[in-house]
Amino acid sequence: MEKIGEIIAEHRHREGPLLPILHAVQEEFGCVDADSEALIANGLNLSRADVHGVVSFYHDFLDKPDLRPVVQICRAEACKARGVEQIMDAATAAAGERVKLTTVYCLGLCSAGPAARVGDRLHARLDGPALAQVIENA
Amino acid sequence: MIIKISDDALARAMGADELARAFERKGHEVHRTSSWGMHWLEPLVEIDGKGWGPATLEDVDDILEGGAAEIAIGAIEQHPFIARQQRLTFARAGKTRPLNLQDYEATGGWAGLRRARQIGSAQILEEVTASGLRGRGGAGFPAGIKWQTVAKASGPQKYIVCNADEGDSGTFADRMLIEGDPFMLIEGMAIAGEAVGADRGYVYLRSEYPDAIRKLERAVELSAGIVAPFQVEVRVGAGAYVCGEETSLLNSLEGKRGEVRAKPPLPALEGLFGKPTVVNNVLTLAAVPHILVEGGAGHYGTLGMGRSKGTMPIQLAGNLKHGGLFETGFGITLKELIYDIGGGTESGRPVKAVQVGGPLGAYLHPDQFDIRFDYEEYTEADALIGHGGITVFDDSADMGAMARFAMEFCAAESCGKCTPCRIGAVRGVELIDRIRTGGRTADHIERTAVMHNAPKHGRSQEQEIGLLTDLCETMKFGSLCALGGFTPFPVMSALKNWPEDFTGRADREAEAAE
Repeated sequence: MEKIGEIIAEHRHREGPLLPILHAVQEEFGCVDADSEALIANGLNLSRADVHGVVSFYHDFLDKPDLRPVVQICRAEACKARGVEQIMDAATAAAGERVKLTTVYCLGLCSAGPAARVGDRLHARLDGPALAQVIENA
Repeated sequence: MIIKISDDALARAMGADELARAFERKGHEVHRTSSWGMHWLEPLVEIDGKGWGPATLEDVDDILEGGAAEIAIGAIEQHPFIARQQRLTFARAGKTRPLNLQDYEATGGWAGLRRARQIGSAQILEEVTASGLRGRGGAGFPAGIKWQTVAKASGPQKYIVCNADEGDSGTFADRMLIEGDPFMLIEGMAIAGEAVGADRGYVYLRSEYPDAIRKLERAVELSAGIVAPFQVEVRVGAGAYVCGEETSLLNSLEGKRGEVRAKPPLPALEGLFGKPTVVNNVLTLAAVPHILVEGGAGHYGTLGMGRSKGTMPIQLAGNLKHGGLFETGFGITLKELIYDIGGGTESGRPVKAVQVGGPLGAYLHPDQFDIRFDYEEYTEADALIGHGGITVFDDSADMGAMARFAMEFCAAESCGKCTPCRIGAVRGVELIDRIRTGGRTADHIERTAVMHNAPKHGRSQEQEIGLLTDLCETMKFGSLCALGGFTPFPVMSALKNWPEDFTGRADREAEAAE
């Protein structure tokens, strides 16, 4: 509660402060839930519907936290051309229930796919075993 | 002895950090530079202009002794991949430390901005227009004309917005430029500000590029005093592909849903917060400092072909042996790019298709590989250059599946504002599925007596293909922006060039069933 107030106070003077606030809240709590939306709406003098509309539009904001480690795997055209689909079954098996696999459309490593991201760490030129290893270490 | 190793995200993903530490532990000075753009050689180690790559930790001792012959590539500047390029935008690639102001200044940095401040707005506008620079984001709109419109618009507050939401698969030039030469982008924005009378600039950078965000934020801090009173701020996207569309990007910057706006009004007149705004791609703004140095505009205009002037940083991606960044004047053919420069497929199999221009670009057939890199020539071929990304597929690719993915991607990333895109993409996926399973039969509801108006015979594969063609037409002409409007390019080009990938599957399955 207090933390959200601090985040709003930190950003509210900026032009178009909503996205920076949502990023900060997502970073702090791992999600932007309904309670946070209400507080942000109140702080910026917006309706809750306005804030919810924005939160639900963007893929980066989650409505509830997921405590599992996340591995993002690029499955866009360039990584498909380099065989990411053929190693997805093995990746899903390696992840099991413990790791959350998400699809990302492009990490910008298109000449060296398949590529994956864990936190701010990137991995390229993955094959089945290498991706499984990345997932295991996540 | 100074050892150069790139700190580009791709080099780091291939283990450049560990390699740099290993050299440091041996007591050597390591400079973390930008990447040369030869991605198959990353991590590349450079000592006295000579290169070794891809280097692993086991190679460290050998390299220091001048050995490791199997990964030695000799003088990097003479490497055919580099020697064949005309590098303007990426002139510093591989040579300087991205966040080092001395390196930037020593290689001609800020010269364009200094001169721009001397010659003033009218002269800047004239030179940018004369250079023939066109927007590098995909639409190819002349940058000079856009700037003139903003300059003429009245109002105390104007903005420069840099579109760094490089969501297209197969493109990474924006990422490499921001990570490798961030001051040049800032300089370009400051010059644009000088030209149109704007004192604030925003860079809208996608959240999928963590390294670029970190570096650009630092570069903005370091250069704040130099570009002042112009101010730059980095804003991070939130995973929406459609925010690469300029009006959707402006909405997102304002803190709204990234929905596309109808044009007019043009962003040049009513853009960010309703104020006159220049929205340009990273590569467009980064080309500006070069144009603004003495004689730069004239030089720029001599490169390229037809109405496509200057150089284009082409991104070689997908199943290529030698992938990476290749900057050259317009006019190069796909054949040269794929075979001479890219070295053919990495898998060693024949090339089946090449997608130029990201997920919304057409799939080109090997018969079309003589096409030259030029905005007009691509438009004529029902294709687009887009952001200059080239994604190569070998003969194992299923083009029916790729067409389906194009529709699926459009459905996932549609902003939802216009119907052809929001609903058309969903129907497109269903249609392609039905084509690939051989058409559709009437379902049990259609067969009931009350549905006497419904056809009882289902639809044949040919009829479904007709429907898909019709749907693509509607999306192409009825969508508000390029997402819905260009998704038909990959779909229809795949259907036209590889119909067997749509229809053949059903035949094969029928055969197998017998």
